[in-house]
Amino acid sequence: MNTKALRKNWLYVPLIALTIFYLLPMYVMLVTGFKSFAEIDLKTMWNLPHGISFENYIEAFAQLAPSLRNSFMMVIPAALISSMLGSLNGFILAKWKFRGADFIFPFILFGMFIPYQSIIIPLVQFMNTAGITGLPGLAMAHIIYGIPITTLTFRNYYASLPQELLEAAKIDGADMLGIYRHILLPISVPSFVVVLIWQFTSAWNDFLFAVILTGNTEWPITVALNNMAGSQIISWNVQMAGSLLAALPTLLVYIFLGRYFLRGLLAGSLKG
Amino acid sequence: MFKNKDKYLSVILISPSVIAILIFVYGFIGWSMRVSLSNWKGINPDYSWAGLKNYIALFSDPRFHIDIRNTLIFTGVFVIGSILLGFFMAVMLDQGLRGEGFFRSIFLFPMAISYIVTGVVWRWLMNPAEGVRMSGLNLLFSSLHLDFLVNKWYTTPTWGIAAIAMTAIWQMSGYIMALYLAGLRSIPNELREAARIDGASELKIYRHIILPLLTPITLSALIILGHTSLKVFDLIIAVSGKQLPLDVPAIYMWQTTFDGLFYGRGAAISIILLLSVAVLIIPYIRYTLKTGVEQ
Repeated sequence: MNTKALRKNWLYVPLIALTIFYLLPMYVMLVTGFKSFAEIDLKTMWNLPHGISFENYIEAFAQLAPSLRNSFMMVIPAALISSMLGSLNGFILAKWKFRGADFIFPFILFGMFIPYQSIIIPLVQFMNTAGITGLPGLAMAHIIYGIPITTLTFRNYYASLPQELLEAAKIDGADMLGIYRHILLPISVPSFVVVLIWQFTSAWNDFLFAVILTGNTEWPITVALNNMAGSQIISWNVQMAGSLLAALPTLLVYIFLGRYFLRGLLAGSLKG
Repeated sequence: MFKNKDKYLSVILISPSVIAILIFVYGFIGWSMRVSLSNWKGINPDYSWAGLKNYIALFSDPRFHIDIRNTLIFTGVFVIGSILLGFFMAVMLDQGLRGEGFFRSIFLFPMAISYIVTGVVWRWLMNPAEGVRMSGLNLLFSSLHLDFLVNKWYTTPTWGIAAIAMTAIWQMSGYIMALYLAGLRSIPNELREAARIDGASELKIYRHIILPLLTPITLSALIILGHTSLKVFDLIIAVSGKQLPLDVPAIYMWQTTFDGLFYGRGAAISIILLLSVAVLIIPYIRYTLKTGVEQ
């Protein structure tokens, strides 16, 4: 037993090496962000800062604040609405079998995997013709293309609940909407957390829809950050600080609600 | 058992989503296909029939050949790298070590951030500048006397795309680890104990018992990573902009459509992408739903 435990301790060597690999970008982002402008030099990028300075963050925030706001304004309604739709769809597909229900599920699911390039030309044409441009259009795209994954997660959750739960309510005379509202919704909170986190993260991190559907006053953070990084005028230390600002909302969600984030990931592989 | 009223109600309630998917996924795919068969080049839509001209042109287009080569290299490095790394991380974390939760969180956190952030940061880490302007990982390697590791990263001819695949491994391998870890945890311990009593070595247990049981997970991982690499776009844009040596179909599509206004060709690229993804995904959905029902 002792030799076995000892042998296991060797595993910390590769594990720590991997930890360094995964944290390397975080280290550079943080260390660079807290250096003063005077200290910024690519040659000393691995060195710790001499003191704590917020100049880079202030500069990056001044540049990125409008697009951070745009992201929040677009992501919050998109996540809420697509989660509500997913919950309703999942409930119907899991518990109220009607003719064609088995066909509709994979039909919806396929939408989750398509490369969005294959719908982007019609999407732009459609949005322009319908006059839905900028952030509302972007939110709408995230809602619609979010339906497959939200439906999947809720369907799997509702399908795992015992049928007796519904039968009992039916005997008591509850109709379908009553069962949904009074029995399923209250116990769906964990699934809502999973789906909201998933939708928040993927809409926040999206670039393709954002770059094509929004103009420069409505850019969300990913597009603004990418343009900041491509510009020659803005120095790399500000870009590093900006990257951290752009990553912070989803990173905080991950740190505080990681368990639910993981469940969303596993659901996304269809295995949830 | 169910009231008719409720059946009608469920059809009515699910209709908006089904109609939205019908239009925005299937209708738009059909529309893209139509554009790919047209001569549309310019601001105004032009649906005059071009047959397969756009597709044929692509297959003799040197830029599209670069795209295919890059996609193959990227897919190979990314899929194999992520599966190997993810699997070994899962096996190590499955040994019941102290601090397992900590390592798991660290390996998985890149999944929470965007490809754009990943790309912007790695572009500075993989700075290919030489001599006095050397920085990033090259500088780190050089100061640790590991000069043989100093390289040109994403500016390496032909293989530069592999450096981008490495950043994608950084981003996605934790996900694969999570999949394998969930799989390992679902294997009953009695199975390993029984094999140990029969005198099987740990290596043999993995080779003959655990790996075969994890085959469905490996399949999922292959499909997820494979279709992700066909779609790779943001990450390359953020690392290097739109440079030809690192071109992939998704970037070509975007550039030729929205910068070059060559809608017919852009649509043709997008349909080729869609078909490549569908070949992987449709059997996967069918397989998963079938096994799901059997359970």
